[in-house]
Amino acid sequence: MIFRISRSCFSSISVKLPSFKVHHLELQQLPKTATTTSSELLAYYKSMQLQRRMEIACDNLYKQRLIRGFLHLADGQESIYEGLHAGLTYDDCVITAYRDHCIALLRGDTPHQIIAEMMAKQTGSTKGKGGSMHYYKKATNFYGGHGIVGAQIPLGTGLAFAQKYLKKPNVTLIMFGDGAANQGQLYEAANMAQLWHLPAIYFIENNLFGMGTSIDRASANTKFYTRGDVIPGIQIDGNNVFQVRETLKFAKKHCLEKGPIFIEAMTYRYHGHSMSDPGVTYRTREEVQQQRKTRDCINYVKNIILENKVADEHQLEEIDNSTQNEIDIAVEQAKVDPVPPSTELTTDVYVDNENHFIRGILYKDSVLPKSQ
Amino acid sequence: MLRIAHKLRCGFAKMTVREAINSAMAQEIERDSNVFLIGEEVGQYQGAYKVSKGLYDRFGKSRIWDTPITEAGFTGLSVGAAMYGLKPIVEFMTFNFAMQAIDHVINSSAKLNYMSAGGLKTSIVFRGINGAAAAVAAQHSQCFAAWYSQVPGLIVLSPYDCDDARGLLKAAVRNPNPVVFLENEIMYNEAFEVPENVMDKDYLIPIGKAKVMREGKDVTIVTFSKMVKYSMLAAAELEREGISCEVINLRTLKPLDRNTIIKSLQKTHRVVTVEEGWGQCGIGAEICSIINETNAFFHLDAPVVRVTGVDIPTPYAFNLEELSFPKTHNIVEAVKLVLK
Repeated sequence: MIFRISRSCFSSISVKLPSFKVHHLELQQLPKTATTTSSELLAYYKSMQLQRRMEIACDNLYKQRLIRGFLHLADGQESIYEGLHAGLTYDDCVITAYRDHCIALLRGDTPHQIIAEMMAKQTGSTKGKGGSMHYYKKATNFYGGHGIVGAQIPLGTGLAFAQKYLKKPNVTLIMFGDGAANQGQLYEAANMAQLWHLPAIYFIENNLFGMGTSIDRASANTKFYTRGDVIPGIQIDGNNVFQVRETLKFAKKHCLEKGPIFIEAMTYRYHGHSMSDPGVTYRTREEVQQQRKTRDCINYVKNIILENKVADEHQLEEIDNSTQNEIDIAVEQAKVDPVPPSTELTTDVYVDNENHFIRGILYKDSVLPKSQ
Repeated sequence: MLRIAHKLRCGFAKMTVREAINSAMAQEIERDSNVFLIGEEVGQYQGAYKVSKGLYDRFGKSRIWDTPITEAGFTGLSVGAAMYGLKPIVEFMTFNFAMQAIDHVINSSAKLNYMSAGGLKTSIVFRGINGAAAAVAAQHSQCFAAWYSQVPGLIVLSPYDCDDARGLLKAAVRNPNPVVFLENEIMYNEAFEVPENVMDKDYLIPIGKAKVMREGKDVTIVTFSKMVKYSMLAAAELEREGISCEVINLRTLKPLDRNTIIKSLQKTHRVVTVEEGWGQCGIGAEICSIINETNAFFHLDAPVVRVTGVDIPTPYAFNLEELSFPKTHNIVEAVKLVLK
């Protein structure tokens, strides 16, 4: 990675952005640099370390069988989530599929709530009833957390529809992977978004593999940023938190003025698709190690910090330790939290659950409506 | 409101089920700015079956949305809009086409309140033609009542007449849960006399409550939608033979009003269920099981008799189609069977 840094007298640091690839857009519309500060750099570093360590902790817990079912980890992709957090606000909506822990973290859940949810505890984000793939937070406009590949795309388009309907000055970030990018419902939704000028950002996290299938084996056209056809598109380095941030700021402006946009963020996941996938049958260990050595998104920020003497190795190590400590405490707390009470089995089926009949395993065990 | 219905005599008007649905939608769209109608041809075309006639001219393109032919896309979009807080009425031209969107009805909408532990909800209505029409053949004639009724988190309604159509649709729009609203194309043209209170802008029918259309003491007929008509005709015919039938119009398929059914059978001791859909795992099957599992079983003097559609994809030929679905004479025969 090559970057040119300069420091102004207000301690703002200028970072040169990698090049963009564009579709139906002019390159000169996009910024060439981003500005940051010492405190911002350290905040990004700390937050991305927290994400990283939370994901690794989940890996350990899964291997101890304290987390069960499906677990899709996002370590390696933290800069995307940090960038979206920096580039958008809590009034902008975010929706994604099942690789959603880091977004839940950045949209207001604590590591304890997130880990407790996966450990199926009552104190989890969704009372233990959702699990790894189902985090939501209405208050910060985070709409999940969806298990069906591609389903989040029309849903997110509907969020953008609602924002426009209600005349909000906000956008919806619709996140999906290179695998989901071939889903028909993407094209159905994007078509309506373009027809109706909806403020929808179609954001493709291209980590080169849809489960075990490389992009070359799945997509006739792997230039995902062009797949919106008449919709403009941009390809960026998703492992560069600044490029993600600046691109989303640009995208927000574009969406509010003109309509939808496609953004393809190149990235890499260190884990396999999920915990049942070792991730080395369709790619080599050497490739994974090479990515870690040369393209790690946290190291990128670390190098800027060190180069600009914002902090030294020792100080960064302290941040590493404090984030690890924060995660460890969350894990220990979650371990002793209670599981949901059995009464939670039949709650939340309906909004007005007390008005409804819920059948039990035997008829006699059914829950009757309050009126009966 | 009475402008689209024909005033007959003091306090009554005559309107078709189509007009009833139209008027209910118009009132709800007028009442709540977050309610909108979305679907294929609902706007400028005035509705594929003219159910939304006049709404586009009255409310405009910001409230009545014409979509491309993309059920998965526009259904998902509508569920997403409902997640944000809007209240869509999604029209499926027929529920046969909704199969392309069913993931969004079930996985994105019905299960959401539970998965999110109450964090997100979708107040949304999915409405359209269900079941057989006439000569539209296999892919356009399926009844989906059983499929949707099975799903926790969904409310499933099926109106018969104008009273049902107005009261249930308005209740559906105002309900905070996702509602599947199964209409019937043949019933669209049927006209009914409607008392003035039914035309009121706040006329609502309670969800989960069946209606006794006709009281009787010998047999209970439990049914819904178009089959209510044939059941009533059968009951009239049987009356002439001295057999008194109680006809229950379910109105709501989920939650099923088991209490009304049980109360009736405690009086008559014999039950016939009537549905247009296929028998296996159908609404009649569920009613049999409900009776079986409760003390109501011991009030039966005979096993429940089910009247269902034939277990076939619907044929095109008129004479074969006539043999595919229950008619009045089948219901008469069933009543006599249960009385034997």
